[in-house]
Formats: sequence, C-alpha cells, structure tokens
Amino acid sequence: MILSRKWLNEFVDLSLEEYGDRAFAEAMTISGSKVEVTEDLSQTMKNVKVGRIVSLEKHPNSDHMLVCQLDVGAEELVQICTGAWNVHVGDLVPVALHNSLLPGGVKITRGKLRGLPSEGMLCSLKELNCTTHDFPYGEIVAAALLNNYHPIDPEKPSISADIKAGDKIFGKVVAADVKAVENAGLNLWKVSLDAGADAEVVTKCQNIHEGDMVAYDTQKNAVLTLAELHAEQKEFPNCIADGILILHEDCKVGDDVAVMLGLDDHVVEMEITPNRPDCLCMIGLAREAAVTFNKELKLHEPVVKATAGGDINELAKIVIEDPELCPRYTARMVKNVKIEPSPAWMRERIRNAGMRPINNVVDITNYVMLEYGQPMHAFDFSCVDEHEIHVRRAKEGETIQTLDGNERKLSTDMLCICDTHKPVGVAGVMGGANSEIVGDTAMVLFESANFNGASIRRTATALGMRTDASSRYEKGLDPQNTYKAVQRACELIELLGAGEVVEGIIDVVPGEIKQTTIKLEPQKINALLGTDIDEATMRDILLRLGFTLDGDTIYVPSWRGDVEHYSDIAEEVARFFGYNEIPTEFAGGITTCGGFTPLQNCERQIGQCCRSMGLDEIITYSFISPSYYDKIRMPVDSPLRDSLRILNPLGEDTSIMRTSILPSMLEILTRNYNYRNKEARLYEIGKIYLKRDDGMADEPKIVSIGAYGPEMNFFVLKGWVENLLADLDAPKLKFVAEKENASYHPGRCAKVYAGDTYIGVMGQIHPAVAANYGVDAEFYCAELSFEALYAVKGGLPVYQPLPKFPSVTRDIAVVCDAAIPVGDLNDCIMAAGGKYLKGCALFDVYQGSHIAEGKKSVAFSLTMRSDEQTLTDEHAEETIKNVLTALEKEYSAVMR
Amino acid sequence: MKEQMQGLRESSVKAILACQSIEELEALRVKYLGKKGELTAILKQMGKLSAEERPVMGQLANQLRAEVEGALEKRKEELGREMMEKKLVDEAIDVTLPGVKQTVGHKHPMYNVLDQIKDIFIGMGFDIVDGPEVELAEYNFTKLNIEESHPSRDWTDTFYFTEDAKILLRTQTSPMQIHAMESRELPIRIIAPGRVYRKDEVDATHSPMFHQIEGMVIDKGITMADLKATLNLVVEKIYGEGTVTRFRPHHFPFTEPSCEMDIQCHKCGGKGCPTCKGEGWIEVLGAGMVHPKVLSGCGIDPDEYSGWAFGMGLERLAMGEYKISDLRLIFENDVRFLEQF
Repeated sequence: MILSRKWLNEFVDLSLEEYGDRAFAEAMTISGSKVEVTEDLSQTMKNVKVGRIVSLEKHPNSDHMLVCQLDVGAEELVQICTGAWNVHVGDLVPVALHNSLLPGGVKITRGKLRGLPSEGMLCSLKELNCTTHDFPYGEIVAAALLNNYHPIDPEKPSISADIKAGDKIFGKVVAADVKAVENAGLNLWKVSLDAGADAEVVTKCQNIHEGDMVAYDTQKNAVLTLAELHAEQKEFPNCIADGILILHEDCKVGDDVAVMLGLDDHVVEMEITPNRPDCLCMIGLAREAAVTFNKELKLHEPVVKATAGGDINELAKIVIEDPELCPRYTARMVKNVKIEPSPAWMRERIRNAGMRPINNVVDITNYVMLEYGQPMHAFDFSCVDEHEIHVRRAKEGETIQTLDGNERKLSTDMLCICDTHKPVGVAGVMGGANSEIVGDTAMVLFESANFNGASIRRTATALGMRTDASSRYEKGLDPQNTYKAVQRACELIELLGAGEVVEGIIDVVPGEIKQTTIKLEPQKINALLGTDIDEATMRDILLRLGFTLDGDTIYVPSWRGDVEHYSDIAEEVARFFGYNEIPTEFAGGITTCGGFTPLQNCERQIGQCCRSMGLDEIITYSFISPSYYDKIRMPVDSPLRDSLRILNPLGEDTSIMRTSILPSMLEILTRNYNYRNKEARLYEIGKIYLKRDDGMADEPKIVSIGAYGPEMNFFVLKGWVENLLADLDAPKLKFVAEKENASYHPGRCAKVYAGDTYIGVMGQIHPAVAANYGVDAEFYCAELSFEALYAVKGGLPVYQPLPKFPSVTRDIAVVCDAAIPVGDLNDCIMAAGGKYLKGCALFDVYQGSHIAEGKKSVAFSLTMRSDEQTLTDEHAEETIKNVLTALEKEYSAVMR
Repeated sequence: MKEQMQGLRESSVKAILACQSIEELEALRVKYLGKKGELTAILKQMGKLSAEERPVMGQLANQLRAEVEGALEKRKEELGREMMEKKLVDEAIDVTLPGVKQTVGHKHPMYNVLDQIKDIFIGMGFDIVDGPEVELAEYNFTKLNIEESHPSRDWTDTFYFTEDAKILLRTQTSPMQIHAMESRELPIRIIAPGRVYRKDEVDATHSPMFHQIEGMVIDKGITMADLKATLNLVVEKIYGEGTVTRFRPHHFPFTEPSCEMDIQCHKCGGKGCPTCKGEGWIEVLGAGMVHPKVLSGCGIDPDEYSGWAFGMGLERLAMGEYKISDLRLIFENDVRFLEQF
C-alpha cells in the first residue's frame, strides 16, 4: 500500500514539517503499519518551471532546430534550443532550467547547441515521467511537412525538390505553403494556406508553422499526416508524433512544474499484513495514524444531490442468487455521463498512490477504492439485458471477454455479475468488455459490492488475473463499506460534473451482517501481556480505533473482521500501549532441565568423528529427480523406486522425495570434481523418505560418506567406517563382500555388520554409475543407517586393568589359496589362539615368484601375553602351533 | 724412572689435548693407562727399586695416573660438548618450511550457527525436538489456525503429495508446536530446527528447501514480557551483548498478539545504511503469544496455561553471520566454500 502524506493530511493533521519521514515511519511501524520505504517525490524533479514561449525562430545553423525565447518568471528571458516542432509562440511549456533534475536522475545543464547557447531543455511527457493518461491532451499529431522531406532514394524522390504551392502530389492532394497559423482551441490550429488558391484548414497537427509546406487534401480540406500520405517516418525525420508537453493546466509562468504535478509530496510504501485489509486505503491508514499520533480523525460524510430525477429502483433490478458469495450489493446509477480527463488534483492523488489516471469515471472508481478501500465497478447499463443484474455462479460453458480483451472460460464455482442472459463481469476481479464504458454513455451503473474473499481469490488465481480489486477482495472486506463508497463515488461524479446521479440506491443485503462482541477483561489482557495497563487506557485505545463499548461489551467495528477474541483485543491494546513499553521480565515458572537426548548426542558424536577424520559436512536437497534412480542403477523392481511424488514440483529435478541418499552425495561429489577440486571428503547425516501405507513417510537418517582424490581407496574409506564404529564402541565389525549392489563396484563393495546388526554398505562407486554422472574418477561412498549405528552404540566403557606383564610378538607367514579372504584367516587365528593371543595384525600379502599359481602368502604379526605371569616360551610355541594347525585344517594354509 | 714418568706425563697430556674424537681418546686411555699400557710398563720396573724408593715412586705413579685420567675426562667432556654443538648446527632446519597437514573436517556453516543456538536454548532449559517433514495439512495449517482459503495453502506456494491437499511438505517448522503440545508433558520448552519447503525458484535469496528454528514455551503465567526477556537474551547471545532490539506488531494466524523482532543495525547503529536498507533495523524473527484457539485445539486450557512461540530462518542468520552473499552457496557444497568455516 502506497500512502500519500499530502492526501493523508485531509484526514489527520500530520504536516511533513512537524512529522518528518523518519519520525512518521518509526511511529507507524511501531504501532503495526510497517513502513518499507519513504520517497520524497520533490527530490525526483527540481528546477523545472512553467515558461511561456515569447518568440520562436529557426536555428541559423540547423535545418531542424528551433530557438525559443522564454519567459520563466525571471527578469530576463531565457533562450533554449529545441528539436521539437510542436511548439508555438504563446505556449506554456515545462522548462528544465540550468542545473535542473528530471525523473530518473537526469541532470540538465546549460550548453551550446549548434553554436547557440541553450539555457536548459523543454520537456516532453516522457521526460516528466508521465503518459497521455496523466495528460490526455498531451497527445501529439504531426503533419507531414514537405520542407522536411528526405527521399529514401535521393535519385528517385517521390516528391520533387522544386515542388511549389499548388503542385499535385497525388489524387486531390497538392502542396501548399503555410501563410499563417492561429490557435483555434485545445490542440486545434487554424492554418491559412496557399495551395495554388487560398485555403483555410482547422487541424490537430501541432507541428505546422508559417513558412512550412504541407500536403493539402483539397477534397477533404485537410492537412495530411505521414500515415495519410503513406510516408515512412524516415522520409520525414522531424515530423514525429512526439514533442514538448504544452500545458493547459491552471498554472502560470514561473510556477514549479513539480508542484503542478503534485510532486510536493512524500509517498510512504507500507507492508500491510493480510489480516488488515481495512488498512489498504487512506481512511484505514488515517485511522491508524490518528491513534498512533493521538490526533483527531476527520472523516467526511458524502452528500449526493441526485439531480437526474427518476429512481434507480424503477430502472434496475438486482438479484443476489448466491448470498454466501455475495453478502451485499449496493448500486447507484448515473445518467448522461461525459467522459473527460479528471481534474489535476484527482490525477495527482491517483498517480501518487501508484496508479495511472485514465478518465473521470474510471478514476472515480479507483479514487474511491484508494480512499475507502472498497473496489468499485462502473458499467454501461444499457448493455444489461432487461435491466436486471443477477449475481450468480457461472454456468457450465459460459465465457466472457474481460476488459483487458482476453476471452475467459468461466467455471461453475466463479461468481459473476450477469444480466438475464450473460455474464457482464467476473465478480470482484474484472468487468466485461460487453458492458465497458467507451464513450459518453446514457446510463452508468456503479457497483459497490461485498464478495466472499476466498471465492474471489480462487477465481482470480484460476483465471490468472490478480487485479487491484481482487487482491483487496480476497482478504475479506467490510460489508458495511459498500454504501459509503457508492455515495462517495456519486458525490465525486457531481463534483467533477461527470454526469447526473439518479435518485435512490439499491442495497441488497440477503443475510444478516454479523456483529462481533467481545467481553473486556483487563486482568486477562494484562496477564497475557505481563503488563499493568489500567482499564481506562484500554478503553481509550479501543474507542479511538473505532470500537464501541457498552459496559464490558466491546462491539467490534465492521471493518475489523480480524478481531474476534480477547487476545485480539490484547494486541490492539499492546500496539498502542507500545510493544516496546511492555516490560522485559522472565516469568519463572517450573524449571526444566533441557538438553540433548541420547539419540541427538549419538548424532553429534558421529558428526564430530567424521570431522576428526577430515570429512566436511554437506547439506543436500531432500528431493531429487526420478531419473537419478537410473543414474545409480537402482534395479527397476526395487521397492525404493516407489518414492513419494510431489504433485506440483518446481521441476523434474526436485519432484520426488529421495529413498536413497546416494544420488545426493554423488551429485555433490560430481560438482566438486567438475569444479576441479583435487579432492573431496564429505559426509551428511540426512533423511531419506520411505513411503508409508498412510501416505506419509518414515524418515530415517542415513550417515552418508563420499570421497574422491589421489589418496582415496577402498581401505581409506573402510578405515573411516571402522573408526566411526570404534568411536561408538560398537561390537565386532564384519565386512562381507557385496557383489549384488548395482551402484557399487562388484569387486570393491562390502556390507558392514556390527555383531549381527546390518549397518550399511560401502565401497567404490560402479564405474558405470560414475559414467552416468559424466565422471571417470573413482568415487567412494558409504551409506550407514543412523538407526543401526545408534542401536550398536556401546554403553559406558568399563575400565580394563593395564597389562602387568610384557607381551611377546611372533610373525607367521602362511601360503593358501588366493581366493581365501584375509578376514577369514584372521578370524581363524583369533579363534584358535587361545587365551594368550591378544592381537593379530596383517602385515603382508604376497603373490608372485616363489609362490605357486593361484596361491598367496599372507603374513601376520601375533601378539601374545599372559595376564598372570611373564609368558613362557612353551606357552608362546603352543599358541603358534595351535594357530598353524587350525589354519591348515580349515584353510589348507601352510607355513611358508 | 722418574724421568720416564715425566716423559709420559708430558707426551700423554699433549696427545690428549690434541685428540679429536671420543674413539681416539679411548685409544689413548688404553695406550697410557691400560693393562698393557705405558704406565703399567713403567710400573713393572718397580720391582727393581729399593724399599725406600718404592712408596715414593708408587705415589708418583698414582699421581700420574690421576693426572692422565683427569686430562682424559676433561678432554672427553670438551669433545662431547663440541660434538653436541656440531650436531645442533648440522641438524638446523628451515623452520619456515610448511608443516605436515592433518586434515580436519568442517561443520557446515549453517549447522555451526544452529549448534550455537541450540546451546543457548539448552542453557535455558529447552529440549530440542525433531519431526516429520512429510506432514499433514492439518498440522501444517489447520491446527495452526490457518484457514482453508489462506494463500499459503495455494498449490503455487506449497508442495503437495495428494490431490486432496491433505499431505504436503511442511512449509514451516510451526507444526512442531502442535506435535509438542499434543505429545509432551507440560510445561513445555522446546526448539525445533529443521528443513522446510516452499515453492520458490532458486536464486540468491530463495531456495525451495531451507531451514527454520521454531521455539515454544507453554507454562502457567507465561507472558509477552517473558517472550521479550527470553528473546532479548537469545539475540544478545547471538549478536553480542548490548544489542539493541525492538518489537513491532505483526500477524501470524497462530499467535496473538504477534510481533516481529528487529535488531538495531550493527553497521550504522540505527542511522540507516545499505545493510539495513536505510531502515536502521534488521528483522530477525517472528514471534507471539500462542493463540488461545491453538492451545485449546491441542487440549490445553488457555485459561490455565499460556505460551509464546517464535520462528526464525536459519539461512539468513548464517549468511549474516558469515557474510555469505548468495544462498546458493549453502546448498552447493563446494569444498572450497565448506573449508572456510
């Protein structure tokens, strides 16, 4: 919502001098109407004055420039050179003087143009940041001046260079010399011509001056424009439909153009929360400002004279067929409408509120919307069949062409304004082209209605047309506002002389309009806020906000649909008591302990362990593309392919909830690889989303590890996994070769178990998967179930006495089948070693010369120790013997 | 004999002084004092001496032995010192050569900030709770007093899994308020950080997935004054002691009264600058007193209990803290980015 401070002053005395931008913004923000930005419009245009053209001459050094002498209210005339040809002696024009500023930050200084000093610039509409909507008379029509003719092909001119008055151009069109030009009304010029014979023409073309030569249509008695001459712009480069804005405002020489345009204003952009649609208008914000600054709110009661006679009730009938979607429909009628531009003050206010002026009738509806917050619609009542308005839902198959020219298909849940046969408007969204006010119209119906917000929002969304009206309606408007608004519109019609208002009002209220009451309970309010505000203060705040009180009963004003509970009253009180005046005080209450749960601590521990091993933490999106399952070669019949699917995703890439965390990790590894980062070691503790029968998801967490780089291999990854589980004091780990997981290298993948608990999978990513990601590097990943990790986490460690006696180390090397996993040998050794064997560490695996084909030599270092005494040689020998016997028996592994 | 001894004294002392290594010195010790050494050879002649001369010579010989041993010992010490010094010189290194890198991993910057906040709240007796991201509309909206027609329920804003719009990706962590009220014993003090989802295209300030932290207190006698006191303390812990705050009215369907909390811009001290977009204040969170409708909807008697709740965005906090200019960096996970924190 954009608030004009100048306009605000009509309702509340808050002068800019007394309440500067900062103070105003601060106070309004603190009371709940958040100010986003304040713009001082006067800073956008400076030193632009109204000037009168005293004389006009051709520039001696230019074939297209004019030299003007202007009276700008200073002692001396100023000289300005211009390239625009639509100016005449006596015109009032906007003059950007030396050191002036134009909208968009354009600075104008004096200079020389073709050798002549120019003290500034004459301004066009565009240079003033306006359009013909702001100044409808600013539209420029240009005649084709033969003296400006530049043939496209100099060899073959369409008009000969020595053409003279009376010479035929084509048909009845001849060349004519301009002998005199005289103003003949707004944008009209009486031109005396010598077209062989004397002629006199009244034309809209503004660029004609004495001495010019024009194309004159002797039959139509008209001066031709470029289009009429079938000429191209480049043939008449200076005869353009653009030029200086000739002012026809109530202004005089020396006036500040910025003031004339209403730029002596500060506009405040406010963020209005959706619960306060009543603040989307001047009166609503004025009320807030009045209470904020403790000022009087000056409201005006519209008065309508209704001079047209008749009675709307005899001329029109309004039927609300769907009271639920239209709780109220109020209408008045205006006859003999004269479409004109609105007066400057109205255009200025509309402009400063961020809208564009159009014409008096449209501007009045917009003005009332800005002032009262009530959207209005005016339509040509003669287009309404049988003079009956039916407010109903659209019928199957109905369509309407809306005012923006688009054909709209209506559905049966859309509320429409219809006559007896067809829709003439989409309720609360946009009117229909079939009832548009195009020219002067005999009968105009002003609609001021209340519609169901949710319905309007759905309709606007479905039609893809969120309008100023619909965006207000959708928040739920005050049903009591329709009457005042239509009255105000009619008052303005009379004030502007835009038409004659017909007697009577149609005001259909099919149901009861709810009056909310709340009990005033000051102690409850204070208890909620933690304050000690007295009741009188509360009552005062409420009264000033427009609430009424009868004893302890609060009557909520109709525009405050958001207030329905004592906590809402508490907010109203708090807003104007001041949120920042509420004390800062701890409530105390029952002390709670707080802290991480064991599960959360386990997650923290895992994260810490990962980082201690050099892994960086990542955060990835929970949603992925369904094609990622193919990328990781997930089997087509895998139940994990049945993901939760977002019905309205942003795009395919974020359309399903991941059931595997692997694609996320691979995407990040790939990105880092493509960024040419030499290595990456990453982890994430993230959720996967497994579809449940009830349509919701189980959301288990996965510890995802991924890495690549020159030092990466399977065993580095395995070391990390081992460390992680060791850190958790998990039971004995087991790594089982896994060939079936299609995402992983079949020869470099393992399932991880702690005791009997399956923890997850780890290994090198299958080269085909890497290729799917466009990568030829070795990626290593692990996917470990957080739930399983938590389940195998050991309890509190119990102290083990430190060894009292020295240990003995013996190395053994055995030769066995190459296919036997070292892990199995290791297990065998530990099982056979007995009580003295404390450790077994692999230190060499060898295949090659001296070892038979298909065999390998495996060397272990065995640590033995007795807990009761220094280990004897006999015990050590016996242990080794038992180990070797077992190895030979179980794996045919023999001492090398 | 006396002369022999004198000669031995002179030659041995000279040789010892000239000696340049421990090994040579040991050889000299053997040469002079060893069983077959020169002194022993001289002493062997003692038998030829008279009984009177013997003790005199014996004393002289002992004296000589002591002298030679002393010279040896002294020289040994000197040599030891010289060798140590030489060794130290030889072992000198260029201390500016790089150290051996131990790779240490990094917590994601956003979780750094989150952990900081968790610590603050745990210190105030809060628990940390986690909950479903695939959520019922009932929890994400309805029970939070967000009406059926509210724009945030639009399919253009919220991701849905079912045509009837009953199952969705939570758009806020606020449903955790409801879960907590329904499942926990009173009083409740919780924060609930987590992922939330909204239908925003990815750009420098938007992401379809981001993180929020929800906080809630329900107890007897909880007031807006308590909300202010607690959140002021939290903000001071995050942004530093003496951080100036303000509360201004706002609107959330599930709190009443509602507010937003601003901190005074640390860059300009409230004068207005580009960091605070000229306002002098920076918005940090939204909060309010839990709406009595929400309380009673969860089976808590609003006449007996009251509470407050807040919600804040984690990404913006982390971006502010670390001066991260683009939200996309957070989810890009470039190691060159991650390793900075």
